[in-house]
Amino acid sequence: MEFIYISLAVALVLLVLHFVMLKLSLNKEVRILVIIASLVGFTYWGIEPYAHHIMHPEVAEADFTFKDLKNVDTSLAGNAENGKVLVEANCIACHSIESAGFPQMMPNADAAASYGVVPPDLSSAGRIYDKNYLANFIFDPVSAMHLQHKYTPESGKSFPMPSYNWMSAQEIMDIVAYFESIAPKVAEGSEAHKQSFDAACGRCHSMAYAGSEALTPAETIKNYMGATPPDLSQYIKSRGHHYLNNFINDPQVLLHGTSMPRVGLTEKAQEEVIAYMEEVGDRKKAERETLGLWVMLYTLIFAILAYLWKRKIWSEVH
Amino acid sequence: MMDESRRGFIGKAFGAVAAVGGIASLIAMKKTWDPLPSVMSAGFTMVDVSGLEANKLEIVVWRGKPVFVLKYTEDMKPTDGRNVKIGDHYFSVMIGLCTHLGCIPAYLGDKHQFKCACHGGEFTADGVNTFGPPPRPLDIPPFKLDGVTLVLGEEGPEYKAMMAKA
Amino acid sequence: MAEFKKADSMLEWFDQRLGVVNFAKVMMTEYWIPKNINFLWAMGVLLTVLFTFLVVSGIFLLMYYKPDVNMAFDSVNYTIMQEVAYGWLFRHIHAVGASVVFLVIYIHMFTGIYYGSYKKGREMIWVSGMLLFVLFSAEGFSGYMLPWGQMSYWAAYVITELFGGIPFIGNELVVWIRGNFYVSDSTLTRFFMLHVLLLPLLIIGAIVFHFYALRFPHVNNEEGEFFDFDEEAEKYKAGDKKGSKVVAFWPVFLSKDFFVLGFFMLFFFYLTFFHYGFAMDAINFDKADGLKTPAHIYPEWYFLWSYEVLRGFFFDIAGISGKSLGLIAFGIANVIFFLLPWLDRSPMVKPANQRPYFKYWFWLMMADLVVLTVFGKLPPTGINAWIGFASSMTFLILFASLPFITKAEAKKAGGK
Repeated sequence: MEFIYISLAVALVLLVLHFVMLKLSLNKEVRILVIIASLVGFTYWGIEPYAHHIMHPEVAEADFTFKDLKNVDTSLAGNAENGKVLVEANCIACHSIESAGFPQMMPNADAAASYGVVPPDLSSAGRIYDKNYLANFIFDPVSAMHLQHKYTPESGKSFPMPSYNWMSAQEIMDIVAYFESIAPKVAEGSEAHKQSFDAACGRCHSMAYAGSEALTPAETIKNYMGATPPDLSQYIKSRGHHYLNNFINDPQVLLHGTSMPRVGLTEKAQEEVIAYMEEVGDRKKAERETLGLWVMLYTLIFAILAYLWKRKIWSEVH
Repeated sequence: MMDESRRGFIGKAFGAVAAVGGIASLIAMKKTWDPLPSVMSAGFTMVDVSGLEANKLEIVVWRGKPVFVLKYTEDMKPTDGRNVKIGDHYFSVMIGLCTHLGCIPAYLGDKHQFKCACHGGEFTADGVNTFGPPPRPLDIPPFKLDGVTLVLGEEGPEYKAMMAKA
Repeated sequence: MAEFKKADSMLEWFDQRLGVVNFAKVMMTEYWIPKNINFLWAMGVLLTVLFTFLVVSGIFLLMYYKPDVNMAFDSVNYTIMQEVAYGWLFRHIHAVGASVVFLVIYIHMFTGIYYGSYKKGREMIWVSGMLLFVLFSAEGFSGYMLPWGQMSYWAAYVITELFGGIPFIGNELVVWIRGNFYVSDSTLTRFFMLHVLLLPLLIIGAIVFHFYALRFPHVNNEEGEFFDFDEEAEKYKAGDKKGSKVVAFWPVFLSKDFFVLGFFMLFFFYLTFFHYGFAMDAINFDKADGLKTPAHIYPEWYFLWSYEVLRGFFFDIAGISGKSLGLIAFGIANVIFFLLPWLDRSPMVKPANQRPYFKYWFWLMMADLVVLTVFGKLPPTGINAWIGFASSMTFLILFASLPFITKAEAKKAGGK
């Protein structure tokens, strides 16, 4: 319906334009150009922006506060010292924390075989995960990840990490404070981008065009997820910034029922992840944009000279 | 006079021979485009159904398409013209592409139902469309029975009987 | 062989052996074009330049492309786009050029229809031009398969599947075209051959033929006026350039073309560098997967109108299935333009707006083609399906009524 109204409006504008042009006795070639440009422009609008808007309806904006998670009172100030004790007692049996000197317990393939997926190293957990998300994740991982549909009681499946809902809010916030205190400071730029990507995505997703393979072996992850998580080399091109931004923030919104978890990245970490995807998937972007300007400048000069030459030649025949 | 008609005859004979050569080359070129023997023989997929678990969907690939093979449990009711009896059990054998836009539906064992994630189409365990946009039941690929082996790609008597009923 | 006398210059040396002086006259300085033209007459040269761009960029892509289902995707998206110096540039020029070439073809084609340039002695120009359109379509379709992305695969699947609708031989024909039961390695490699060798050869041949077909009836002009080219040419050569109705191809006509070309290239390079998404669909950056259908399948924009004619018939009429009706309509849509010179029964060669009835036909057809194009892309659900049906019917009815409309027009003009 919307389409019909817009078409009628465009037709009306064209008609008015046509009479205005006649009235102004504009050059005939200019009139032809205006008509062609309007027809082409309208068709373009129909098959690109309009069709896109129909095929990919807008979804809610990404929410980087994870306000649906309310199990832990995150206003409490955490005590990193106490958090360290709790982490050593509860986490390092499965997780490595390289930055705090807790090495990996077994090779990736073995870890994947035991847990289904390689458990994450927690070195940068305090940096890349949102505070509210992280606290609620510790309290109940499945609901934080929005994977309740996958780990139903009937499915017989259970998430490899237990819920720590028996801990007090204060204890959980102590753990969060500890992770924040040990997260290594990284410089800005492509190194940080890669690090965030590796920590947030690299356990399941490969990035063939950067030569990196998922930490969890392909067969194991297929078993664990139900399908092999895709290689992300060209995702910046096939999905684009906008989609990735919404999708990573909460996969269920755009792909209902997917077994990809909500990862809980902060806005900054997510920007870094997407920046890395662009650096790998579209590495000639800067070259393209600079060269583009020069080529257009050259063509402009070409066009102006062609016009002057044409004027000279035609002055002899007109 | 004699010369004239002789030239006419030779000219025609030459034209005919040239045409035969041309047609023969075209036939050769047409055959060069034919599917290779290896492709033709790979057009038949064998599935041994004896080891299949009831109510658990088996997906095999036949001519680049997924084919669903579903063994029925005792309490699932078979439909005439949609299920085939192999040994003591009924089976559904169907091309696993939604008849709407060709997505691959998922099997929900607890509901004995196929559900297509793309546009919400639903099918019964024997592939009949019951809800959503799919225009017709899932297609049944030509098959032949060879004991407990299902041969996809060849029309056997069981397949023909099913087609006659459907 | 007559004896050659010693040449005084290099030009003379070549002239003795190749007749270059006379050749240049016939082809350039004494090839006459009407003076009364506008920038729409530059589209032919634009197309020639774009085709050259496509050939040159194609040659460089060919150096790194691998026509194999396991290697094609990465050879394009990694090797060419990320490793080869300026590989991305050649790919962008090739992809955007392929899309824009159709825009210019359509403008060229509808210019011909608007000014009646297919009539009275110009039939072969029109037919050879339509032949080029069909060859370019085949070239575009086969090329779109090569990056082996999801849309490459599924467009190839859907379009080759269409041949299955042909009675009796359909199913065998599909398998024969694909070289397999499904779109596979053999399909990719044979379409690669078509795209880089057979079709370009035919296109070059058809271009030469198209140019040749222009020589006898001459190029049309803005008013559809007939005049004696030889007489006007004599006037021009005698020095009355202002009074003559013709100009020389070189340098006069081409100087105008280069001016149009300059500004057109500005637009083209803007698209190539900054706005290429319309020609390189995002979905095609997912590797082809025969077991995973994309949610929406659509062809490139220049096929949308005929694709919509195909889809427009979605229900059975009089016992004939919607699918067959669509296929028949699609077949008609693809050949009907060839017949235009014979469907238009009015001998009047004038711009459409000066023809009493034809002008309505022309603008209705333009509007219908725009609607078909837009709805060819939208999902065919709900009201969209009916709009598709109505606009497909409009297309067929417009063509069916053309002989009657133009006959009536001829009568009216004759009566005056």
